[in-house]
Amino acid sequence: MKTIIQQLTEAFGPSGFETEVTELIKSMIEEHVDELGADVLGNLIAVKKGSQDGKKIMFAAHTDEIGLVVTHIDDKGFLRFGNVGGVGISTLVGNRVRFAGGAVGAIYQEKGSWKDLTLDKLYIDIGAESKEEALKKVKVGEFGIFHREFEDLGNRLIAKSMDDRVGCAVLVEALKTIKNPKNTLYFVFTAQEEVGLRGARTAAYGIEPDLGIALDVTLTGDMPEARRMDVSLGKGAAIKVKDSSLIAHPKVKDLLVSLAEEKQIPYQMEVLDAGGTDAGAIHLTKAGVPSGAISIPTRYVHSPSEMVDIRDVKACVDLVVALADKDLAAI
Amino acid sequence: MLLARLTEANGAPGQEGEVRDLIRAELEAHVDEIKTDALGNLIAIKNPDAPGPRVMLAAHMDEVALMIVGIESNGYLKFRPIGGVDPRVLVAKSVVVGAKKVPGVIGSKPIHLQKPAERERPFTIQELLIDIGAKTKEEAERLVKLGECAYFTTKYEEIGNGKIKAKALDDRVGCELAIRLLQEDVSFPLIAAFTVQEEVGLRGAGVATYQVKPDLALVLEGTTASDVPGTDEHKHATTVGAGPCITVIDRVSIPYPPLVQELFALADEEGIKVQVRRNTAGGTDAGRIQMSEEGVKVATIAVPCRYIHSPVSVMSKDDYEGAYKLVKSYLKRLQEREASN
Repeated sequence: MKTIIQQLTEAFGPSGFETEVTELIKSMIEEHVDELGADVLGNLIAVKKGSQDGKKIMFAAHTDEIGLVVTHIDDKGFLRFGNVGGVGISTLVGNRVRFAGGAVGAIYQEKGSWKDLTLDKLYIDIGAESKEEALKKVKVGEFGIFHREFEDLGNRLIAKSMDDRVGCAVLVEALKTIKNPKNTLYFVFTAQEEVGLRGARTAAYGIEPDLGIALDVTLTGDMPEARRMDVSLGKGAAIKVKDSSLIAHPKVKDLLVSLAEEKQIPYQMEVLDAGGTDAGAIHLTKAGVPSGAISIPTRYVHSPSEMVDIRDVKACVDLVVALADKDLAAI
Repeated sequence: MLLARLTEANGAPGQEGEVRDLIRAELEAHVDEIKTDALGNLIAIKNPDAPGPRVMLAAHMDEVALMIVGIESNGYLKFRPIGGVDPRVLVAKSVVVGAKKVPGVIGSKPIHLQKPAERERPFTIQELLIDIGAKTKEEAERLVKLGECAYFTTKYEEIGNGKIKAKALDDRVGCELAIRLLQEDVSFPLIAAFTVQEEVGLRGAGVATYQVKPDLALVLEGTTASDVPGTDEHKHATTVGAGPCITVIDRVSIPYPPLVQELFALADEEGIKVQVRRNTAGGTDAGRIQMSEEGVKVATIAVPCRYIHSPVSVMSKDDYEGAYKLVKSYLKRLQEREASN
């Protein structure tokens, strides 16, 4: 499982340009699914057929990651850039970027106080000595991502884009485990979540699921002087109560809790003040879809060093596997 | 000239009738179907049942405006902006108000009566009033109804070497492009959606797309150019005169990357100068169109306009012609692809 997480988190996939990630996932799951499809927004949709009396479950994990886009190249070869998704200024200075075409660069700031730092005071140095040299490596309008390697610290793992490649890894692992499920399962590896839950919306429109479940990271409150939040690394899968995009359907939330109890899967309840997931888009599709989310507790979300605990990740896989076979008549 | 008539027509969000009538009259003879939907979008269709891709051109008819929200006892009109208007551009501008096009002026306290602190800051919308020359509330009420809008009176004019100054270039320039392009001779279904209420939240585009069900949509826009003195070059979203711009990302959309790539390559082949829109802020109808049903391929092509959302903006005729040529070449390419199928 760690290898899957490493491969997925080291792949390139800012919002809108998720192909490298979806191709990688395709190669991982091909043998385990009944159908594979793609759509205009860039979603990868894998179907595992269930029995006649089963229902349609849509699991969503997003393939895109936050990133940057080149907006200007000056005469000396320095780049200016805009954000792709919710990029935190404090995580940028001194960080490294990798572009679609392979160029790598360092981000730094103009002189001035940290307090007044805005995105347009930052620049990227790709080692070019002139505009002409820079133009050979990147183009204005080219997308980039944080350039960081995966680190295995034992139970804890650090990588860029754990948000949400770890959710993708959960679905990949579950797909490999599940044989002949009761319900028909749509594993949707969604595009463009970070810029507004876009892929999940169009995918759900086509699928019309009976139940929607997002697999995504959530924040934790177990660090020094952290903002109060009752989710910790190592305490199990987080079952979502609410975030700013969704109030989990009470029956869905209760079903996940009872499944976790029954199968003795470690779990914790998640109440997230700010932030949304694909379930926010899914539950408002057409006439509405009962939806919830299974979240992977993650520290330092939207930084190049997002940290998860492999035991939580495995608990999430177990919960997805259990749900695949659950009788959903009550939903 | 059509662009002159389009920019001089008035159409606040939700009150696009005058613009819609003009476009309808212009297009009626050239299309197979033309209809106005429940939100007020005007949808014009060529070859509705023909085989091939359903291609939609989209441009919004509405412009930012000032809605009359109160009439004072002394006959002055209170107003609030509909869509994004910077209050600092309003003082002492000429306007016309409502269906009767009542002439007026945006008035403010004269400088010699302002307290020192007031001189240090711009007027707020609350401190500005429209003066239509009425002496009493009753007199004003005979001319203007609450909920009607005031518009700037800017005349369309060609200035300098190939520049145009006019109001509401955002997005009458897109409307003009769509009207011209709809006259192209193609065999596949070609639809133009002239949308409403873009400036207040991209409201018309979603329902228009739901009806049209396009395979592909090209959004034609007038977008902000900030290439004016006193700004750093790296903060220029677009540059007037550097060609039409193609969006790679904005606040509401990441246009379909393969289509975007194809447009850049096509511009290169045809020798059309284009630029990347170099700002991730702002939104166009593409956001709603892309998200319709199971998703639609979109691209946004825009003409750079300085001073948008103000009484007057400036654009280059060359950029506008470049946008026309680019879309025309793309439609031609689709036509060739159809013919070879």
